[in-house]
Amino acid sequence: MSFINYSSREINCKIVYYGPGLCGKTTNLQYIYNKTNPETKGKLISLSTETDRTLFFDFLPLSLGEIRGFKTRFHLYTVPGQVFYDASRKLILKGVDGVVFVADSQMERMEANIESLDNLRTNLAEQGYDLNKVPFVVQYNKRDLPNAVSVDELHKALNHRNVPEFQAVAPTGVGVFDTLKMVAKLVLTELRKGQ
Amino acid sequence: MATQLVMYEEEFSKINAVCDRLTKDANAKVVFLVDKNGQLISAAGQTQNIDTTSLASLTAGNVAAMGGLAKLIGENEFPNQFHEGARDSLYMTIVGSRVVLVVIFDNRTSLGLVRLRIKKASDELSKIFDALLKKTESPGMGSPFAEISDDDIDNLFSE
Ligand SMILES: Nc1nc2c(ncn2[C@@H]2O[C@H](COP(=O)(O)OP(=O)(O)OP(=O)(O)O)[C@@H](O)[C@H]2O)c(=O)[nH]1
Ligand SMILES: [Mg+2]
Repeated sequence: MSFINYSSREINCKIVYYGPGLCGKTTNLQYIYNKTNPETKGKLISLSTETDRTLFFDFLPLSLGEIRGFKTRFHLYTVPGQVFYDASRKLILKGVDGVVFVADSQMERMEANIESLDNLRTNLAEQGYDLNKVPFVVQYNKRDLPNAVSVDELHKALNHRNVPEFQAVAPTGVGVFDTLKMVAKLVLTELRKGQ
Repeated sequence: MATQLVMYEEEFSKINAVCDRLTKDANAKVVFLVDKNGQLISAAGQTQNIDTTSLASLTAGNVAAMGGLAKLIGENEFPNQFHEGARDSLYMTIVGSRVVLVVIFDNRTSLGLVRLRIKKASDELSKIFDALLKKTESPGMGSPFAEISDDDIDNLFSE
């Protein structure tokens, strides 16, 4: 749920990176953080366990520039992918404007991808959102690994809605900004439609 | 799905005034107001050395987590939280179920005074937000983005 401030002429939108444990959500945010100018970003906050697994969320505020005199700000969040953190995932989805689903391309994570996507659909529905309607982008991450399944197969399993999809290698940044730009675009396009 | 939060000049200056006054009346260091989704609405007092964006997001995360805990034990929410530090302390109150008022203070004031002043400010804010919500829902208040073009959006990403 975006926040429009006519007085300070700002618009804030919330984007959530969702996906199974270890699929690379935090790595996406870290790459974005490392590659953006200091003046356009805030601090990257990571609430994680000692083994660097996301415990509650990662948070990165980004400014993208102005549209018609309004500063556009995006708040990027990741959820914890591990199955037992479901209560936290629900909380983070509150007020979301756009979702990136990060899939792990490895063969052995196929089931985890599908489960996580189902979980996203259920948790969104609980908040009154429909996964078939929210601004949504799919990223097939870990394309560099030898056990990665074909994009065609991933598409069939995870992208029934046929939304924009991107291949990625998050640690080196392949596909990371393309994914972000697309979801930001979809969010702004949705705003144009109004409430 | 809840309605979008929209802030207009009139209410914004009223809200800022309430936060400013609370800072003085409670003798607090900083006062800030955050929407439950983590967006900063207003900040008053000595905000120079504070990363208010991070603070807003963590406040929202904290309130969301405590709200989840409350529901688990059969409460609706915990409307007030107090955290005492070695030097600075923090008090947060949920206002009208939509926003969170946060006050940071030190030993130049007292918890009693802070509580008292927060109560008053929170009643005032509650009224302002009710009015704001009505305004947002009234017809003719379309999105300011209704007019933007594909080019406007593309230009944002052209760098
Ligand atoms: N080879 C390879 N490794 C990756 C890729 N993306 C992420 N990783 C690695 O996968 C591991 C997990 O990445 P994270 O970004 O922490 O995963 P996450 O999705 O945030 O995991 P949770 O916080 O548990 O939900 C890290 O060691 C990353 O370096 C990729 O595209 N290729
Ligand atoms: Mg993570």
